[in-house]
Amino acid sequence: MSKPTSLFVIFFSLFVMSEAVFEDQVGKFDWRQQYVGKTLFAHFDSHSQSSKKLFLATDKNIFASFNSRTGELFWRHVDKAGPEGTIDILLLHGQDALMVVGGGRLLRSWDTNMGGLNWEAVLDTGSFQAACFVAMQDTVKHVAVLKKAGTVRHWFSYLVYSGGEEEVYVLGVVPNSHLTIIAYSLEDGEIIKQRSVEAPWLSSVESSCVVVGHGVLMCVDTATLALYALPIQAEEAPQFNQILLQSLDLEVSPGFQPVLVSSQPHPARSPISEFFLQLGPDHHVLLQLNADGYTIAPLRDFQPAFLVSFSTTGEKTVAAVMTPKNETSDVFPPQLYVHAFLKKDDSVGYRVLVQTQDHALTFIQQPGRVVWTREEALADVVTMEMVDLPLTGTQAELEGEFGKKADGLFPMVLKRLSSQVILLQAWLAHLWKLFYEARKPHGQVKNEVTIETLSRDEFNLQKMMVMVTASGKLFGIDSKSGSILWKHYLENVQPNAVFKLIVQRTTAHFPHPPQCTLLIKDKDTGLASLHVFNPIFGRKSHIAPPALPRPILQSLLLPVIDQDYAKVLLLVDDQYKVTAFPSTKNVLQQLQEMASSIFFYLIRSDQGNLSGFRLRKDLSTERIWEVVLPTEVQKIVAVNGKRPNEHVHSQGRVMGDRSVLYKYLNPNLLAVVTESTDAHPERAFVGVFLVDGVTGRIIHEAVQRKARGPVHFVHSENWVVYEYWNTKSRRNEFSVLELFEGTELYNSTVFSSLDRPHLPQVLQQTYIFPSPITTMEATLTEKGITSRHLLVGLPSGAILSLPKMFLDPRRPEVVTEHSREENLIPYAPEMPIRTEWFINYNQTVARVKGIYTAPSGLESTCLVVAYGLDIYQTRVYPSKQFDVLKDDYDYVLISSVLFALFFATMISKRLAQVKLLNRAWR
Amino acid sequence: MASVPRSFLLLSIIPTILILCADFACCNTGRKTGDGLDTDFSGFSVPLEHSFEVDDVSRFRMRGALQLRGGRETSVSLSQSQLSEEDRNTLKEVAAVDGLYKIRVPRVSLTDRQTERQMDGYLTAFVRACSLVESHLSDVITLHTDVSGYLIGVSIVTIPGACRGTEVEDEVDLEAFNTTLTIIVPTNAPQPETALFIERMDIEHEKRGKPQEQKSFFAKYWMYIVPLVLFLMMSGAQDQSGGGAANGGGR
Repeated sequence: MSKPTSLFVIFFSLFVMSEAVFEDQVGKFDWRQQYVGKTLFAHFDSHSQSSKKLFLATDKNIFASFNSRTGELFWRHVDKAGPEGTIDILLLHGQDALMVVGGGRLLRSWDTNMGGLNWEAVLDTGSFQAACFVAMQDTVKHVAVLKKAGTVRHWFSYLVYSGGEEEVYVLGVVPNSHLTIIAYSLEDGEIIKQRSVEAPWLSSVESSCVVVGHGVLMCVDTATLALYALPIQAEEAPQFNQILLQSLDLEVSPGFQPVLVSSQPHPARSPISEFFLQLGPDHHVLLQLNADGYTIAPLRDFQPAFLVSFSTTGEKTVAAVMTPKNETSDVFPPQLYVHAFLKKDDSVGYRVLVQTQDHALTFIQQPGRVVWTREEALADVVTMEMVDLPLTGTQAELEGEFGKKADGLFPMVLKRLSSQVILLQAWLAHLWKLFYEARKPHGQVKNEVTIETLSRDEFNLQKMMVMVTASGKLFGIDSKSGSILWKHYLENVQPNAVFKLIVQRTTAHFPHPPQCTLLIKDKDTGLASLHVFNPIFGRKSHIAPPALPRPILQSLLLPVIDQDYAKVLLLVDDQYKVTAFPSTKNVLQQLQEMASSIFFYLIRSDQGNLSGFRLRKDLSTERIWEVVLPTEVQKIVAVNGKRPNEHVHSQGRVMGDRSVLYKYLNPNLLAVVTESTDAHPERAFVGVFLVDGVTGRIIHEAVQRKARGPVHFVHSENWVVYEYWNTKSRRNEFSVLELFEGTELYNSTVFSSLDRPHLPQVLQQTYIFPSPITTMEATLTEKGITSRHLLVGLPSGAILSLPKMFLDPRRPEVVTEHSREENLIPYAPEMPIRTEWFINYNQTVARVKGIYTAPSGLESTCLVVAYGLDIYQTRVYPSKQFDVLKDDYDYVLISSVLFALFFATMISKRLAQVKLLNRAWR
Repeated sequence: MASVPRSFLLLSIIPTILILCADFACCNTGRKTGDGLDTDFSGFSVPLEHSFEVDDVSRFRMRGALQLRGGRETSVSLSQSQLSEEDRNTLKEVAAVDGLYKIRVPRVSLTDRQTERQMDGYLTAFVRACSLVESHLSDVITLHTDVSGYLIGVSIVTIPGACRGTEVEDEVDLEAFNTTLTIIVPTNAPQPETALFIERMDIEHEKRGKPQEQKSFFAKYWMYIVPLVLFLMMSGAQDQSGGGAANGGGR
């Protein structure tokens, strides 16, 4: 028994060596970018004059602090995703940041200096309505939080106001009836007084009222086109005082709901008496409430002005107005935050933070200079692709020479000479650059990546990452440095749109530019539109995409190419009609010829229906197969085919007895995962169906009992790996299915779904996985020689590179001679998680949502991008760098040995000759 | 390794062979075949229809009747008629233009007897007509059910499956179907095999653990330790006072 054990140990020790990053490799091949999402609340740190902190609360439930000089993140707190972690309000006073979280569930106080939590209090149940600071004698001691508990009052909108006295006012309105003002004592929370004011015109106090001056409630009404003023603290029965807008010479844009903007610089003091009234989308008026509290004086008219804001420092208040410079500004800013401060010479300086519609956060300093911009749209990447960079000018020149048709001997010679000269020039320039850079001290050499200098490197390790975000903004990011090279904002993208990014033409077809197509589909209506662009420069292509009047059900990229080397995209609408893009004559002709061999499938998960179609010559379709999974029993949760750019190097696996077990490599295979509708832990199950996408034949049908989702799975080569929750044992489990044809191939030259009558052998094994997972993907390499790893995103933010070897259904329970020969790891029910398998060491990716893998020019290397809240890019080497010489490779030694051997051979040859000659003379 | 045969056993291939009937006008209901093991679930019959048209527009006609028997052991058999002269010619024509031969069965439940067995809709599958002709009507029809006994899919393949363009001269070869019919129920995916692993670990542990337990550290190296101790004792006894002084100085 000792021999196999020792072998086993050696084997494992070999394994442990792999992966793991050395300290000096950190950040060499990888980078991470952290994002926070769209800003909901922002505050400037006004605690000290020289402070450079910004505090943001975002829609991704993140509370973060930024450096206002550079835009870098100081710290960030990522709360639970979903409504449980929603930030309702962020209030800042001094060094305390107060936050109401989770719809009024928790009240938290953060220390703004370090980002630590001061305290946390669980609030009484009820939905959050409003909150404000309450101050007494210039010191802020209390915070008032108003919550709606059950059915206590049937008010619909609220306002909390405190003006520095020992009372807190709550204003509630019963729509179109009356307004109730309740004053609470700060001492014990008792109601001091309660009054009711008739206000039949008022529907919402939140959206149409503000408090200005010394406790005057100012409301605006659209119907009567009037402002109403009401002193909140009045002793006797208060009354609304109507001021018609006409009397102020103001006019509201038709169909516009006027909005009031006011400011309360300090909770211990009453709000300032100046306020803004927005009369149209780009029309604001600055008004002032006179000291009598009833009359209003217009101060200034601002048109055009999109956004207004107030900011106060000391005794001075700044009203900021944002006006558009040119009409073409398409990214309308929805939010504006201004921070004013007193300069040394007592003049007022200001800084502005602008949040625009495309989720970009821009910081502007006094003379209108943009200090930094953060692209927060990247916090929500939906899909991405990696595109090869174009060749350099010289490479392209050579390509062009060989690519074009020959036109005579003499021009060819000239062309060759000219390209040789260009090459020589480029080489000399390169040498000069090397020499120039070598003279500079180390560290100063910095290669700025710009769109002009982009070119493919020797091993195609640097690529263009095209990222599509939920807000409809597209980004082109350099995979080596992570710098954003281009961005393009698509307007009119619905918030619930689904995106599909398709690479129609790669960079391989010089001089044709590469071409990407983004299919944007409305989730509700199914109506789609296409955006065609160049993935390297981000420019919209001049090619007009086809109009798509009907909802699109399916899109498929055919291997058919048109005369410009663009792959043909087929779009199937709800009447099963097919639209081709590009739809040139050439393409249509090709399609007609190939029609009978173009099959596609449609899945309607709401009906449990999978059906297959064949294209007819007239580009109509016919239904040829149908599989129906009754929705009463199970529902389809996911369908996944194989990646089209995947290569499988080895057709089979050599077994211990030297026979070959051939893989079942069906490129049309679909993995369909279902979950039972019955959620009872004893009866719940997860179904895995392997269906041929051409013939509709169910290749395999397996049911994982006592299991439920969420199911994550990867389908590649001849295997499917899926992960589920075991309801009985309450743990996560991994299961692997492998398909083999057997020891003989049916047809070794070509695979056809139509001619493969025998079902494959299916092997399956299941393992316990000690952690839940959030996403999963398999590594991908150029030729598929390198062994595969699974990249598993864990909720902790780590990305685990799990060798596929551990997920092999042929792992033996009892070690035999054959299995040892085959290097099979003996079966162990628990899958290990080794910390050295984390490819992102301490660079955790918060809320990882997807992992994208792309092959590089090196067979050993696979490029990985993990995205979620953060973006992390790295390279993985599943079989280590077998095709790369190590950094410390001893060139001197090997060449000196070579030379020595060479000379030794020469000398010994000479000596042998002499000896032979001598012997001949003897 | 044990999982290999198990997954195959569960495929539970119950091949029921063709029944050749001379003149079957329509499906015959209530025909029982095979063993009469459980009488609770009497068999029922659903039509198997096929369609092969030169213009590829589906027009389904009766091919035969499937006798389905639900219950603990689901079984299926098929009674079908011969192809008529006209059908044979059509099939050959369809094969010549590389048309499709489609079959369909209605969606039924094999177990649920209370509710209406038949749901709306059909399950469809196809095979190239030329391969059907070239295989001399030797086809394999597989019915797939889900966990609760609903038919979810049907598939048809011919053996051999390729179209080589060989001409079928003999008309007799195209008269009767040579059908192999199977019904496939879902396989139960394996659970992690913890019990077996623990058992194996225990055995290994016992094997390895016993000799080590018997030989303690002292038992193993007594021959080195005893002389060393003896030597130390001897040397310590010789000059006790000197050693003590040295120790004290060292501190």
